[in-house]
Amino acid sequence: MLDLLFRLLALVRKEFLSVLKDPSSRVILFLPVLLQSMLFGYVATYDLSNVPYAVLDQSRSPTSAALLAHLDGTGFFRRVATLQAVSEIAPAIDTQRALMIVQIGPRFEQQLMAGDTASIQLILDARNSTTANSAAAYVGSVIDAFNAEQSQQRGGPAPALTLETRAWFNPNLETRWNFMPALIATLSMLQTLMLTALSVAREREQGTFDQLLVTPLSPTEIMIGKAIPPMLIGLVQSTLVLLVTRYWFHIPMAGSPVTLYIGLAAFIVAGVGIGLSISALAANMQQAMLYTFVLLMPMMLLSGLTTPVSTMPRVLQIATLVNPIRFGIDLVRRVYLEGVGLATVLPDLLPLLLIAAVTLPAAAWLFRNRLV
Amino acid sequence: MSASASTTRTGGFWARLKALTRKEFRQLLRDRSNLAIGIALPALLILLFGYGISLDVSNATVAVVMEDASPTALDVLSGLQLSPYFTQRNVRSMKDAERMMNTREVEAILRLPSDFTSQLAAGHGRLQLIVHGADAATARAIQGYVGGALAQWSARAEDRGAHRGATARDAPFGTVTVEQRMWFNAANTSTWYLVPGLIVLIMTLTGAFLTSLVVAREWERGTLEALFVTPVRPTEILLAKMIPYFVVGMIGFAMCLLAARFLFRVPFMGSLWLLLLSSVLYMFVALGVGLLISSATKNQFIASQMALLTSFLPAMMLSGFLFDLNNVPAVVRYVGQALPATHFLELIKTLMLAGNVWPIVVKDFAILVAYALVLLTAARLVTRKRIA
Repeated sequence: MLDLLFRLLALVRKEFLSVLKDPSSRVILFLPVLLQSMLFGYVATYDLSNVPYAVLDQSRSPTSAALLAHLDGTGFFRRVATLQAVSEIAPAIDTQRALMIVQIGPRFEQQLMAGDTASIQLILDARNSTTANSAAAYVGSVIDAFNAEQSQQRGGPAPALTLETRAWFNPNLETRWNFMPALIATLSMLQTLMLTALSVAREREQGTFDQLLVTPLSPTEIMIGKAIPPMLIGLVQSTLVLLVTRYWFHIPMAGSPVTLYIGLAAFIVAGVGIGLSISALAANMQQAMLYTFVLLMPMMLLSGLTTPVSTMPRVLQIATLVNPIRFGIDLVRRVYLEGVGLATVLPDLLPLLLIAAVTLPAAAWLFRNRLV
Repeated sequence: MSASASTTRTGGFWARLKALTRKEFRQLLRDRSNLAIGIALPALLILLFGYGISLDVSNATVAVVMEDASPTALDVLSGLQLSPYFTQRNVRSMKDAERMMNTREVEAILRLPSDFTSQLAAGHGRLQLIVHGADAATARAIQGYVGGALAQWSARAEDRGAHRGATARDAPFGTVTVEQRMWFNAANTSTWYLVPGLIVLIMTLTGAFLTSLVVAREWERGTLEALFVTPVRPTEILLAKMIPYFVVGMIGFAMCLLAARFLFRVPFMGSLWLLLLSSVLYMFVALGVGLLISSATKNQFIASQMALLTSFLPAMMLSGFLFDLNNVPAVVRYVGQALPATHFLELIKTLMLAGNVWPIVVKDFAILVAYALVLLTAARLVTRKRIA
C-alpha cells in the first residue's frame, strides 16, 4: 500500500516537473487566467451604458428640450452630435458615429398642446441588434416616464399604478454577476483540458510512454498520476478567478466555499477524464490539441456561458446534457449567487461524477489497448 | 524575390517553393485532425451559431399570482398577454410561485396583492414583480416589458377617465409615442450579426491557431534543422507553410459566406469584391500571428496556448462579436480597438449589413494592411537558419 503511494507520488512529481519546469509554461498557466478574468469581467455585459446618440430637433421647443433632458439624464446615452438636417442622419449612422438618432418633428409641441399624440422618430443602427433593441426599450421607458410627468405637471392625476421590482440574487441585474461565476468554471476548464490532453500525447510523440508502461505502475496508477497535477492546476486557476470575482469585482458570494470547491473538484475531474481519453486516443500532440479544441468550442457555446441554455432549440438543449461545462457553470452560479447547498446542486453534481466515472477508466484502458 | 535576383535564382525559388508547398499540403492532408479544425469545426459552428445561439430574448415564463381576481385586475393583466416573448402561467399562491422560481421553472413572478383593486381606486395601485437575477438580460427584458405594458394601461385608463370627464384638467395634453426604425437588420435577429462574427472566428482559428503549430512542430521534432542544410531560404519555408493554411482558411470563409447567403439570408449590401479582399487581408494578418508565435516559441504547447490567448479568445470576447464595445469601460475598449479582429469584424459587418461605407472601409483596410505587413515581416525576421 505504502509502495503504491510512493510510486504514485513519484509519478505525480514527475508530471508536475514536466509541466512547470519551463518558465514560459509556468507563466502561461497562471498569468492569462488573471488577465482574462479581469478583461472579460469588464467586457462581458449586455447592459447598456454610454450609447452614442445624435439629435435632430426640428421643434426647438421647451417641451422637446425637456424630453431630451430626460434622455441625457439617464446616464445610459451620450449625446455626440446635434444634427441640423435630415440629410445628416444617414452619414452619422453609417459611420457609426451615433448608434441612435432621435428625430423630433417641427410640430411636436403644437401637437402635444392640442392634446394630440406626437411621435418622435427613433432610428437605430441594428448592426448589433441586441444593443439596438435594448436602446429602443430604454428610450420607451424614458418616454413613459416623461408622459406621466407631463400629465401630472398639468394637473393630471398621479399615476395610479406603480410597479415594484425586486430582483433575486442580483439586485442591479448586472450581466457581470452571472458571467463571472461562470468564468470560475470555464476558464480553468480551457487549460486543464488542453494540458491533460497533451500529457499522454507528448509522451507518445517522444516515445517515453512505452517506458512508462513497462514500469511497475499499472494503467490505473498511471491514470491517477497523470490526472492529479492538472486537477490541482485547474483548482488553482479557479481560485484565481474566484478571488478576482470576489475581491476585484466585489460580487458577494452567497454560498459556502466548501460546497463550491466540492463542486469545482467534481467539475475538474470530469474535464480531466475527457482530456485523458482524448490524450490516449491521439497519436501525437497536434492531434490531441486539435481534437480537444474541436470538442471545446461547441462545449463552450452550449454551456450557457454567453446565452442561456433555455433559449436554445430543443435538440441542442438535449445535447447539453453530456456537456460538463454546462453543469459546472450551473453549479458554480447556483452556489455562488444563490447560496444553495450540495443537495440542491445534486442534479449538476451527479452528471459530472458520471462523466468522470466513464472517462477515467476508459482512459486507463486505452493506455494499454491503443499502442501506436 | 529581391529585384537583384538572377533568373536562375528566381527559377530556383519557384521550384523550391513548389516542392516545399507540396510537402506542406501532404502533411496537412495526412492528419485528419487538421481537417477536423479547418473544415468540420467551421461547419459545426455555422450550424450552432445559425440555429442554436441567439441573443434575442425568447420565450420566458412568468408566474402570475392573482390574489385579487377582480375585473379591473384582469383588465390590467390582459395588456400583458400580447407579447410573443413571454408565457404567462397562473399560480395559486406566492409560495408555489417562489418554489417554481427556485427551480427556475419560471423567470419572474408578477403578484397582484389582495387589496389591488381597492388601492387602485384610491389612486395607488401596486403590483409586485420579482425577477430572477441569474440571467440578467432576460430579467431586464421582462422588467422593461411589464413596465411598458402597465404604462400603456395607465395611459388608456387615464384617457377613458378624461373622456368621461372624471378628472378635471385645465387643458388636455397629448402623449409622446416612439416610432422606431431598425436600420441594417430588417429581420431584427441576432443571427445577422453573429454570422459575420463567425467568419472572423473561423479565419482566426485556421490562420492563427492551426498555423501556430506548424513551425513549432518542426522545431520540436528537429526537422527544421534538416531543412537548414538544404538550399531553401527562410522566406520560402514561411511561404510554403502559409499557402496550405491560406487555402483552408479561405474554404472556411467560403463556407460561412454560402451559409450566410443561402441558409440565414443575411443580406450582402456592400461589394462582394471588397468583402473578399478584406478577408484575404485578414487571412494574412491571422497567418502572420500564427507564424510569428510558432517561430518565436518553438514549442507546440506554448504556441497553441499563446495563439488561443492572444488571437482566438480576444476575437471572440473583445472584438464586439458577442459584446458591444460601446458598453465597456474605455480602457477595455482600447484593448479591443488594438485587435485586428475588431477592425475586420467592423468591416465585414458593415459590408454585409450596411453597404460600402467608405470612411469605415478605408480606415479598416489601412489598419489591416498595416497589421499584415508588420506581422509577416516580424515572422520572417524571427525565422532564421540558426540553431537556437
